[in-house]
Amino acid sequence: MIGRFMSEYKVQFEVFEGPLDLLLYLIKKEEVDIYAVNLTKLASQFLEYVELMRQFDLEVAGEFLVMASTLMYIKSRELLPVEQQAVVESDEDEGEDPRWELIRQLVEYKKFKDAAAQLQGLESRQENVYPRVPGKIEFTADAAPAKPEAGIFDLLNAVNGILKRLAEKAAATREIYEDKWTVSEKMEFVRNLLAGRGRVRFSELFELAANRTEVVCTFLALLELIRLKQLACFQSEPFAEIEITLAVTPAVDGEEDLPSVAATGPADRAPLPAAPEMPGNPAAPAGSGAPAP
Amino acid sequence: MEIKFILESLLFSAQRPMSARELREVLVNAANGENAEEAAKPFKKIKEDELSAALEELAREHEAAARSYRLVCVAGAWQFVTQPEFSPWLKALVGVKNRPPRLSQAGLETLAIIAYRQPVTRAEVEQVRGVNVDGTMQTLLERALVEQSGRAEVVGRPALYSTTAFFLEYFGLRSLEDLPAADELRRISVERPPAPVTAEPGLATVPPEQLQLPAEVQRGEEPPAPAAPVEPGV
Repeated sequence: MIGRFMSEYKVQFEVFEGPLDLLLYLIKKEEVDIYAVNLTKLASQFLEYVELMRQFDLEVAGEFLVMASTLMYIKSRELLPVEQQAVVESDEDEGEDPRWELIRQLVEYKKFKDAAAQLQGLESRQENVYPRVPGKIEFTADAAPAKPEAGIFDLLNAVNGILKRLAEKAAATREIYEDKWTVSEKMEFVRNLLAGRGRVRFSELFELAANRTEVVCTFLALLELIRLKQLACFQSEPFAEIEITLAVTPAVDGEEDLPSVAATGPADRAPLPAAPEMPGNPAAPAGSGAPAP
Repeated sequence: MEIKFILESLLFSAQRPMSARELREVLVNAANGENAEEAAKPFKKIKEDELSAALEELAREHEAAARSYRLVCVAGAWQFVTQPEFSPWLKALVGVKNRPPRLSQAGLETLAIIAYRQPVTRAEVEQVRGVNVDGTMQTLLERALVEQSGRAEVVGRPALYSTTAFFLEYFGLRSLEDLPAADELRRISVERPPAPVTAEPGLATVPPEQLQLPAEVQRGEEPPAPAAPVEPGV
């Protein structure tokens, strides 16, 4: 008997998740419905297992002992005639039948155990499900071809609009600003903005600009970056908002250069009428012009 | 252009799963803007539930076509995935998926209880499992399958736990409604058995013929018990 238990025990103990699990196992072995189980018999079997665990010097979890005592209680209670049975000292309800309580717990636990098995099925199924991962599209959104590049006059026109709006705002409020902006700083700002977003609208560059000087600095920075071929400007149709994107990678640059005629040319040597307060920053090489292809 | 095919093309090219809301944003963006194309404009004001319905239809069509891949919604976001039975070849192509080790039996049981009963306290989980769940709970928290979702308004204000969106992703579930047998398990009402629970003959002490089995009397009352004391030596 013990021998049989020993082998069974060795195999089974690992997978018992607790006393309820062990009870379910014992019930299953009896091949009876949980509701029809003989709890007295079950109690004896359970105790045998616990005893066995002890013989193996395995640490018997406290929960097993609690369950053992519950079963002992149920078993001993069965031995008495109804009229002599202790009234269950329980403040809840009208005194729950300890057997019923155990059955209820077993049924509930069994259902969750089944649910866990279903989750396990989903888990292994999911291991074998591969999502489609499309290759990253290099040229984001609707790329350049359809849009002509914006020329220097378009850019000047746009910055003029920004300055006018700023002047209107300035008329309402009058504040003194420190001239703390430099073109190189603004180049960094524009570069960072584009590195994060890939594409910005012209007006977005100036959204935070506080005064004319700052607008002019940003604008000069933009021109310089275009000259260095780091950025490109596009306009979908005449007078539409200008969009600025990172220039295509240098490798592709050679072939892609054709449409950029409009962006450069003699026009970028034009004076900057809108920049009277331009700080004397040596890093403002806007006048040097972008080389034509 | 039929909306479901537009969605199909978007999901086919999307870099990550997309929700109906995100898809709607794409459609609205395509319809707005100065250079919106004519074809995109009719979908400017499309509603999210129209999109959801179209996605469902699309998913059904793919299912019916019985291809090697299907359209699924996991944690509210749609994506194309391969059918599991093609994994032998996909493994060879892209390698075994980088997934954490499978959950233990204890982990799955604890997770099941949290999933169906959430939000739930640790004590409630322990009550169902009949064992301490501290360690298991810690693992589930570390693996971001469950999270603390508040505190119960009872003495001691114990923490309440719920499953995360990652839980749905991990098991490939659309939502908590998608859990197997959800209705039954969410609130198990265990019926009191119609017959005495230990009606089986051969009880430890009572000769079978002395067992009282008037089921109609005992239902919902005192448990059935031996009618008389038997062996005095007990």
